[in-house]
Amino acid sequence: MNRLKKTTVVDFATYIGVTIAFLLVLGCQKGGLLTNAMNSWLVPICCFIVMSVSLNLVVGISGELSLGHCGFMCVGAFTGIIAGMSLSDVIPVDSVRLLLAILVGAFFAAITGVLVGVPVLRLRGDYLAIVTLAFGQIIKDLINCLLVGYDSKGLHIIFNIGKKTVNDLHLEAGGVAIIKGAQGAVGIRKLASFPAGYLLVMVSLIVVLNLVRSRAGRAIMAIRDNRIAAESVGLSVTKYKLMAFVTSAALAGAAGALYGLNYGSLVSSRFDFNTSILVLVYVVLGGLGNIWGSIIATIVLYVLPEALRQFDAYRMLVYAIVLILVMLATNNEHLKEMLGRILPGRKEADSDG
Amino acid sequence: MAKEFRRGKMVPVPSHSIVPERDVNRLPVLECQHLGIDFGGLTAVDEFNLTIGRTEIAGLIGPNGAGKTTVFNLLTKVYQPTRGTILLNGKDTHSMTTSQVNQNGIARTFQNIRLFSNLTVEENVKVGLHNQIRYPMWDGLLRLPRFWKQEKLAHESALELLSIFGMQDLASHEAGSLPYGAQRRLEIVRALATNPSLLLLDEPAAGMNPSETADLMENIVRIRDTFQIAVMLIEHDMNLVMNICEGICVLNFGRIIAKGTPEDIQANPAVIEAYLGKQKEA
Amino acid sequence: MVFFSYVISGISLGSVYAIIALGYTMVYGIAKMLNFAHGDVIMVGGYISFCAISYLSLPPLVAVLLAMAVCTVLGVVIEGLAYRPLRQAGSLAVLITAIGVSYFLQNAAQLIWGVTPKIYTSVASFPLPEGLSSLGLTSEALVTIVSCIVIMLALTAFVNRTKMGKAMRACSEDKGAAQLMGINVNQAISMTFAIGSALAAIAGVLLCSSYTTLFPTTGSMPGIKAFTAAVFGGIGSIPGAFVGGLLLGIIESMAKAYISTDLANAIVFAVLIVVLLVKPTGLLGRYVPEKV
Repeated sequence: MNRLKKTTVVDFATYIGVTIAFLLVLGCQKGGLLTNAMNSWLVPICCFIVMSVSLNLVVGISGELSLGHCGFMCVGAFTGIIAGMSLSDVIPVDSVRLLLAILVGAFFAAITGVLVGVPVLRLRGDYLAIVTLAFGQIIKDLINCLLVGYDSKGLHIIFNIGKKTVNDLHLEAGGVAIIKGAQGAVGIRKLASFPAGYLLVMVSLIVVLNLVRSRAGRAIMAIRDNRIAAESVGLSVTKYKLMAFVTSAALAGAAGALYGLNYGSLVSSRFDFNTSILVLVYVVLGGLGNIWGSIIATIVLYVLPEALRQFDAYRMLVYAIVLILVMLATNNEHLKEMLGRILPGRKEADSDG
Repeated sequence: MAKEFRRGKMVPVPSHSIVPERDVNRLPVLECQHLGIDFGGLTAVDEFNLTIGRTEIAGLIGPNGAGKTTVFNLLTKVYQPTRGTILLNGKDTHSMTTSQVNQNGIARTFQNIRLFSNLTVEENVKVGLHNQIRYPMWDGLLRLPRFWKQEKLAHESALELLSIFGMQDLASHEAGSLPYGAQRRLEIVRALATNPSLLLLDEPAAGMNPSETADLMENIVRIRDTFQIAVMLIEHDMNLVMNICEGICVLNFGRIIAKGTPEDIQANPAVIEAYLGKQKEA
Repeated sequence: MVFFSYVISGISLGSVYAIIALGYTMVYGIAKMLNFAHGDVIMVGGYISFCAISYLSLPPLVAVLLAMAVCTVLGVVIEGLAYRPLRQAGSLAVLITAIGVSYFLQNAAQLIWGVTPKIYTSVASFPLPEGLSSLGLTSEALVTIVSCIVIMLALTAFVNRTKMGKAMRACSEDKGAAQLMGINVNQAISMTFAIGSALAAIAGVLLCSSYTTLFPTTGSMPGIKAFTAAVFGGIGSIPGAFVGGLLLGIIESMAKAYISTDLANAIVFAVLIVVLLVKPTGLLGRYVPEKV
């Protein structure tokens, strides 16, 4: 019980830390201390925190390498946009509609998670990585071929192979086209807000941390550490791997919906392989299985390239070099040993993360 | 602790069995009939027939490469047998997976230790308790009262199980950081946590010094007595095998070459030959 | 006849994938890492040959050799500086480093050569006999297919016959044991990166000759596709990479022709997923069971 109490304290410290950070930023925002550019970072940062925390559940806690996490974000974004826009007459209150859109996004991403996870999770290691990569690409391309609109009769959806256009939706007068194929979603009403982002971050933290500390979380970590031993003590490997995978997909879908409803227009190539990799970088640099690390790494690595915009041409080059150097430094035995001596409590803190 | 035992399904113990007297009239925990497996063209185990009594301590010995661990892998369905049947508490395990076999009563340890090395000692045992102390995922996500109640129960049970080997004080250590002997003992505790009716130990004394081995011997017998379960062990330490096993089965080149009590085995010429080689005709 | 020309262009595209995939598969086989920077070495090969031809007016063959030399050095340097220190580290650390190297190469190329695409003049352009060109065969396709076959045969011979090739195979099976047998593991891995990068340079030249534009992210998508091809054929297997590359090229070409250009990539990846579900180690991959 001792340990459970201790981890509960750590969890609550995390919640309080995030809340304080939120209040501080909100205060700065209200006080007019943030530039317009900074204001525009807030919601995406929240979305990417949810992305990295949820990816950490798959990569760090469940130990499976996923290179297509943004595929789920993409599903969540576009289903969320469809829900958010098509329901605007039925539910006039923005915040309720946002909540509903997020739930719809999470739901469809979870369904996609099951569809991908059931066949794919029996593959191991790098093969799983390549299949998730492939899946991310497929989702992106499929959404590129989607035409969606709505009018008084409800939703019109067609899948465009060839030369169909928005006109083929045959919308009534007054109907609105939501997704226009390769142009992506257009004319989105921005529903997302920073407080909504904060709430989503809190929900995903609670879900992930509570899952990890529960019976199911122990099973997931046991399977990561030793699959055969886990089977030998009666765990169903597929069930728990799928649980982690689908939970993570649902959170990514929720993040996607919020992200999608933060812009006036959105194309699916925003969620390509590079974005998936970006989130993976957040997770790895923040520390596998370390939720705190994911949050901080996401904020730092999101803000850093944005803040370096003045060095335009050189900023990504610098980013690349920093990335390589950090990986080399954190995996250097001598350096680790030195750090271990300077910070004796480090290892303990890591395992609680 | 023992799994439900239905008198109606009782099968007579075959004559070749070495089941101790007290278990003769009870349903055997395990019965293997004509068990065998081929890897490609190679027959690794063949015609493996064995019956293990409810509370028997059985030994499986044989030279290196004889197929002992393969037998364990067959029993736990890590490998699917090519031939033969395994009856576990009277139930055919043919269509079961490794985890279902465990849920039906077989727990095991591994020759090359397989702990959940990033989890703590206590968590390792709690993973073993996974199917004994349950609550739905939602209770965990929302931390409902049942979560706290069941987690408390798991914590207490884990400490109680760890106390078998006096390991309560190590509960919060990372399993991977334990010394070798403690890791082997933890594997046994974790296996016991799954509430088995048959415990398979793969070289439990490997790497232990004589005094640790002596403790282990005592503990294996004590575990059998307290939990009233059967134990089957693979071991190269003949002192351990001859002292605590009631029935011994000797394997060579995948086949059983002798079965019997320790006294029988020690006097058996085929066993001596398998271990020491054929004596030259004088 | 139209169908036949699609097949030809599929095989030609597939040959480029196969050449890249060979590099991927060799590196994976020996270093057990996904070298995501491999695609960007292709791009560097393209730019070097472009500069050699356009600015230095070197003959095409010399340009190709120069590109190979530069990429070989680049590959060995990348391995030595970025991957070697991580040999004991987890596979994720290496993966992220590879991604870092990939970003680095792309952005360095952008700084040096700019974002605007360069128009690449084909190095393999020559008139074909009437009979061949009426089948839809271009000189670039012919050169690509022939070089792919030659490379594949040469590589197979090298890996199976030469001392270095055997050393590389030994390392990919078991580095520790290879080291105990007196094999210089570092040297073998460097050699693998050298060969893989030289192949990437050739692939870069051939790719740019067929598609005639060159920009800093030219190598990304072919890199990912070639990686897919390597997995498709069974990663670690040289014939697997060859077969996987060709099949992938043909599938992509057919999908573009008969289904949808927009969905061609999705179809390629869908086929990959199906293949892996049926045969989890790829077409020619070997299954190594876990020892219990």
